[in-house]
Amino acid sequence: MLNRQGRPTITGDAAPVAASAAEHRTFTGNRALQQIEPLLFEIGSTERCGVDLDEPAPFTARLGALEAAAPVDLPALSEPETMRHFVRLSQKNYGIDTGMFPLGSCTMKHNPRLNERMARLPGFADVHPLQPVATVQGALAVMDQLAHWLLTLTGMPAVALSPKAGAHGELLGLMAIKAAIAARGEGETRNVVLVPESAHGTNPATAALLGFRVKSVPARDDGAVHLDDVVGLLGPDVAAIMLTNPNTCGLFEPQIVEIAAALHAAGGYFYCDGANFNAIVGKVRPGDLGVDAMHINLHKTFSTPHGGGGPGAGPVVLSERLAPFAPVPFVRKGADGQLSLVEQAGEGEAAQAFGRLTAFHGQMGMYVRALSFMLSHGGDGLRQASEDAVLSANYVRASLADLLTAPFGDRPCMHEALFDDAWLKDTGLTTLDIAKALIDEGFHPMTVYFPLVVHGAMLIEPTESESKVSLDLFIAAMRDLAMAAKRGDAGRFTGAPRHAPLRRLDETRAARQPVLRWTRPQPVA
Amino acid sequence: MRYLPLSGADRAIMLERIGVSAVDALFADAPPECLRDQAPDLPRRKGEMAVERELGRLAARNVSAGSVPFFLGAGAYRHHVPATVDHLIQRSEFLTSYTPYQPEIAQGTLQYLFEFQTQAAALTGMEVANASMYDGSTACAEAVLMAQRITRRKRAVLSGGLHPHYAEVTRTVCGFAGDSISSLPPDVAASEDIISQIGPDTSCVVVQSPDVFGNLRDLAPIAEAARRAGALLVAVVTEAVSFGLLTSPGAQGADIVVAEGQSIGNALNFGGPYVGLFAARSKFVRQMPGRLCGETVDADGRRGFVLTLSAREQHIRRDKATSNICTNSGLCCLAFTIHMTLLGGHGLRQLARINHANAVALADRLAALPGVTVLNHSFFNEFTVRLAGRDAADVVERLAARGVLGGVPVSRLLPGAGLDDLLLVASTEVNTDEDRTAFVDALAAVLGEIAAC
Ligand SMILES: Cc1ncc(COP(=O)(O)O)c(C=O)c1O
Repeated sequence: MLNRQGRPTITGDAAPVAASAAEHRTFTGNRALQQIEPLLFEIGSTERCGVDLDEPAPFTARLGALEAAAPVDLPALSEPETMRHFVRLSQKNYGIDTGMFPLGSCTMKHNPRLNERMARLPGFADVHPLQPVATVQGALAVMDQLAHWLLTLTGMPAVALSPKAGAHGELLGLMAIKAAIAARGEGETRNVVLVPESAHGTNPATAALLGFRVKSVPARDDGAVHLDDVVGLLGPDVAAIMLTNPNTCGLFEPQIVEIAAALHAAGGYFYCDGANFNAIVGKVRPGDLGVDAMHINLHKTFSTPHGGGGPGAGPVVLSERLAPFAPVPFVRKGADGQLSLVEQAGEGEAAQAFGRLTAFHGQMGMYVRALSFMLSHGGDGLRQASEDAVLSANYVRASLADLLTAPFGDRPCMHEALFDDAWLKDTGLTTLDIAKALIDEGFHPMTVYFPLVVHGAMLIEPTESESKVSLDLFIAAMRDLAMAAKRGDAGRFTGAPRHAPLRRLDETRAARQPVLRWTRPQPVA
Repeated sequence: MRYLPLSGADRAIMLERIGVSAVDALFADAPPECLRDQAPDLPRRKGEMAVERELGRLAARNVSAGSVPFFLGAGAYRHHVPATVDHLIQRSEFLTSYTPYQPEIAQGTLQYLFEFQTQAAALTGMEVANASMYDGSTACAEAVLMAQRITRRKRAVLSGGLHPHYAEVTRTVCGFAGDSISSLPPDVAASEDIISQIGPDTSCVVVQSPDVFGNLRDLAPIAEAARRAGALLVAVVTEAVSFGLLTSPGAQGADIVVAEGQSIGNALNFGGPYVGLFAARSKFVRQMPGRLCGETVDADGRRGFVLTLSAREQHIRRDKATSNICTNSGLCCLAFTIHMTLLGGHGLRQLARINHANAVALADRLAALPGVTVLNHSFFNEFTVRLAGRDAADVVERLAARGVLGGVPVSRLLPGAGLDDLLLVASTEVNTDEDRTAFVDALAAVLGEIAAC
């Protein structure tokens, strides 16, 4: 059928419409609450506007010769149409508030609305980054307090707040390491970064971006990084290791302290990927493990919302050895308690600062939310949250262990439970099929096919935010799916999802003939 | 604790199922000497009211822009954000979702990203745009890295009109990545000869317009010179509302356009979160950093959207990726998209006209004060004034004491550059005639108060 713009919403030449959908086809194509929503450009027009703007008093333009002859060709919607357009779009999305979102490595926990309210106080949201510092003492105090909480929780001496996400924090950490190595006069020779095969893609990407050579630390059968493997790779050329702890297999690295010591003895630095900090807040301080730099994804552990892919924040805690190289800007506390900003690298306290990673001072909106989350929990609540996250993951693990296969046997996990696809052998089904069937059951799937070192990985991170009732329902649904798979009920999987707004999407087609923007349909000649 | 659903009884049952007697047994892999037996030395949990009081006190120690006549810009602008925008971005399904890795249940995010890409491409005058970067400054550094990949050359030339923070971020990131960056000296009058700096080793020239001093730059001759030398033109825009009134960078021949999108839909937020726009010619799409959303169909042939061309990205290509970016600025993109939906091209043009009219009105009034000179030959909504012989930072402090936030002293961005008497002044649609009068009166009083040094 065609929608109002003559674009096909259901094409005849693609895969046949599922029988049930065909039988119950509606005139509009809508299905009650599930509405087909065209692109805003298809329903908008350049005659409409959703904002009332007055005509300015007469003026003489000072634009030189650069005034555009015509407005940009972008249709608008009135306010009620805009509201409906985006509400309908939102209804095609799954969020934590919809249901359980056990996406491993992503820490999809509850997002308290108090944090949203606090971040929107005009004293935080409506403040310009370059106002005189006397007029932003409260904002600097938020940064100072957030730093205090992060330092106390990690047991580290310094923190650089400005990175805008975890990967940006990785850049900061490796830049500080590179600067420290250069200061030691070893800049030419120490150019290797060790990265375990199980690492997140941002780790090797960050190291490579900075011109390091990436050497892979092999995966082992027990999911851990082995001291012997690291020692075998150490040498005068090794600048650092990037180790995730707890690692992406959901395990606390058993030899982490020894690995850190070996690395330090060989003149290298220990970068810890702190994406999984949620497992150990208030339980273990990374500073006690020998960490030199670690980013903390505030949008994971401290619940600043993911927002469909950001914005995040990735402050980096630093050891004494790296702290002097931290970039500008940072907050300085004067003897009188007055707070100020150090904004220039190369002078004073910032004499060795390696430069700057972003305009202005970082993610104030995220700092306020994270601090609100911390104040609400308190030190005691944060510790409890981590314990609950670990408890819940193990509860899921233990409840599925008899039906699924765990690559590393029966050992406890941290905040996420990892399964492989060995249990799907002979069923003809894949990890992806399980994920899509979970969608039909009303859950967001777990992380699939990551970490890469486990075949058909299913990484389940329930977080501390799930009730026991919710965990039990998830477990029951997973058990039912597992039994159906083993029974050979392939039809339940291969056509899934059937109850989502769309069925499986053709990713190959998207990549082969990329359509990356709407273009105005050409009038038919 | 109000956010934690498990009860003591639940925890006991769960431990039993797992087969351990205490939760610490699950931490057995942590070195015992590192496992803490007590909560950290931090305040205990607090109820909502107590947190509101505590953070409310801190917020009250800031002077909010809306509470005073306000004229700051320099890469972050105060605009009116329609109520609809802030309501919609707080919809649970947007706010609490993740990167759209499961497209069947993330069409909401994916469709607005596709709409965002369309808007960003149209505004910049380019063929393709990605699904956002962290902010304009990091997008700028990424553009230089991309130009280096495309041209296989290693020297980038930065205009002296580029925002000093952008220049510093670019020097830092690209310096570490092994590029050499030539920065031209601060160019208050927009009179630099950047074309003569383009050589056979140049990967790109980076030019901002309106530049940091507010002047509008004619990019076409620079684009032409770059093209002839096999280099790229990276155009930078820090005030996205200017797209409404000015000839687009794409129309002037830019190869890559990066912009700060904060002005559309997003609050000042003391510097972040913001949203970086990144657009380019389509022939360069496989060298672009960040996520791209593309159109496709589902198994029933219905139109849908997915993240695509992922073979550029870190989760597929690891150390061969075009960038290490993962999380970007999703929700800020949404705010941008909604505000742009309300405005459309015509609305944006009208909004831009109001901005320009307000800035012209302010410039004329300030120029009438003795000892104040407007230096710009052209501008959009921000311009530079010289306060003859005065320290602009001192003037700004004194204005603040009189309840006016009156601009950004150039020395805040370029200390030690000998530009201490220069003040950047921005005016947007939020400023009223009363604001201008308050500013002009306060400035006259302050200038009278301090003797010229
Ligand atoms: C283990 C790990 N490291 C790094 C990152 C990158 O963090 P961000 O997306 O905040 O840049 C992630 C997030 O996806 C992650 O899971």
